Amino acid sequence: MDEARIARRASSPRLWLAGGWLLLALLAAIFAPLVAPQDPLAQDLMLERLPPFWLDGAEPGYWLGTDSLGRDLLSRLIFGGRIAFIVAFAAATSACLIGSALGLIAGYFGGWADRIISRIVDVWMAFPPVLFAILLVAVLGTGLSSVILAIAIIDWTRFCRVIRAEAMSQARMDYVESARIAGYGRIGIMLREVLPNVLPSVVALLSLEMGIAVIVEAILSFVNLSISTDDPTWGSIIAEGRLSIHQAWWVLVFPLITLILTVLSFSQFGEALKARFDPVLR
Amino acid sequence: MLLQRFFVRLLTMLVTLFGVAIVVFVVIRVAPGDPIAMMLPPGASNDDIARLRALYGLDKSIVQQFFIWLAGVLHGDFGTSISLRQDVLGLVFNRLPATLELATVALLMAVAIGATAAILGARSRGTALEAGIDIASGATLSIPDFLWGLVLILLFGVLVPVFDISGRVSPQLDLPFITQFYLVESILRLRFDLTWDLIKHMLMPAVALALPLAAIIAQLLKQSLKEVLDLDYVVLARVKGFSETQVILREALKNAALPTLTLVGVQFTFLIGGTVIVERLFSYEGLGNMAIDAVINRDLPLIQGIVLVFALLFVLINLAVDMMYALLNPRLRHG
Repeated sequence: MDEARIARRASSPRLWLAGGWLLLALLAAIFAPLVAPQDPLAQDLMLERLPPFWLDGAEPGYWLGTDSLGRDLLSRLIFGGRIAFIVAFAAATSACLIGSALGLIAGYFGGWADRIISRIVDVWMAFPPVLFAILLVAVLGTGLSSVILAIAIIDWTRFCRVIRAEAMSQARMDYVESARIAGYGRIGIMLREVLPNVLPSVVALLSLEMGIAVIVEAILSFVNLSISTDDPTWGSIIAEGRLSIHQAWWVLVFPLITLILTVLSFSQFGEALKARFDPVLR
Repeated sequence: MLLQRFFVRLLTMLVTLFGVAIVVFVVIRVAPGDPIAMMLPPGASNDDIARLRALYGLDKSIVQQFFIWLAGVLHGDFGTSISLRQDVLGLVFNRLPATLELATVALLMAVAIGATAAILGARSRGTALEAGIDIASGATLSIPDFLWGLVLILLFGVLVPVFDISGRVSPQLDLPFITQFYLVESILRLRFDLTWDLIKHMLMPAVALALPLAAIIAQLLKQSLKEVLDLDYVVLARVKGFSETQVILREALKNAALPTLTLVGVQFTFLIGGTVIVERLFSYEGLGNMAIDAVINRDLPLIQGIVLVFALLFVLINLAVDMMYALLNPRLRHG
């Protein structure tokens, strides 16, 4: 138990740091029109490639500088957060619901259901995920809902594999057997007994998946296949930054730092939550 | 026993590939947008369109198209690329070596970095060094190859421009190669000037791909090493007077490596999947880069061919790892 207590205490600053960054970024995204210092779409060729505030030639009000069209970088990052968080929550939740449901069914019922679901997972795992995502968005047409749908269609297997394994081991436990003897039906046992016990894993995976969804959206924007080109997204800012890397490094550096912090926070937040709520560790 | 296991795996592998073929075929046939319309000059007549549709077999039903395509694939005919107007299999084989070289170099780097970190960590259990390795590998693991690629471009392409950030080889060089395995061939021909140029281009995409896997290897191998190090036979080796590093290298490593090996196999397929975007990022002329162009150009035969080749690669790696595991694991070998 000592080790578990240490693990929990060590997870605390992690939880607060990661949660703090996510909350900050989320609030900035929600209140973007109030927080952003400039209009994220306003172009001004007089203000092109302004450096960030601590360098010579910076303009007040353009804290992180501007891109090659004179658009304010900080405001674009704040507005880009909106799409990032919408995709993160919607895509990860959808993938989680599909994957957990199929994983529970496969793991708890076994037999034919398990065989069919496992075969489908095998097929899915044989696709290179990024190529699959690009292909799906090309097929579904660019746009927010296509991006969300594509991520959910691809990444449900992550949940399915983990939940299936957990449900399988839970199904063999004594308490499930007692519930069966006590007269509960199979679906009742699955929802009342097995589901709560796999929940910590689901929560950790869900948080991890939100980070992955943010990255996939950025990759899709990077290859110009995400949302319309007008709306700023972190990926489209990175794509611009990659092109003007020798003239204006800040256009790549700041969205990159934002993405790294966000992805790290999602994964650490999930791990820390899992350590906190895992009934075995507790 | 082993042979039976092999045939069962082979069968599931074929089922998986068949599944991939169906999924990719259905997905891209649902696509709106006409690939034929894109290759026609303005003012083409309806007859021209119909003729081209017939040429690429697009005038038949989806089920018919699928079986015509499948029959071709089984004969080694993957069709003709619509955008590049060349044989798909030829195009794929032309690009595949570049991707294989990149992925292999990345894998070797991941194993080297990961194993070194794991051995260092296991050797200095309970010290600040181990804690440092844990934190570093945890953070490295959470950052995907795409972001590592961008970080490397900034650091070594712009801040300290020591490596090339674009392409596979400097365009002004004369290449005497007859195969597409440039790196291997440059070494065999003792043209180390070309090897160096290739490495300078390959290093950063390879590191970007290697880092997340290196972190996973570091974590898992260190964990299994620590477990093995408490076993009696290792304690005995220590009593015999071997140093801790010797104990790890001579006694513990070979028994701790097995779980890592299985994981490396699965993770290697993820690494190959990552080449798609990393190649794009570094304008590296491999299969993944061509795949993205194929999707953008709605080049149906080429997309199908590339996806199927990737899938084949993935299932072959899984099969190889599975067999290696069975061969190395004494419990399965004699079971």
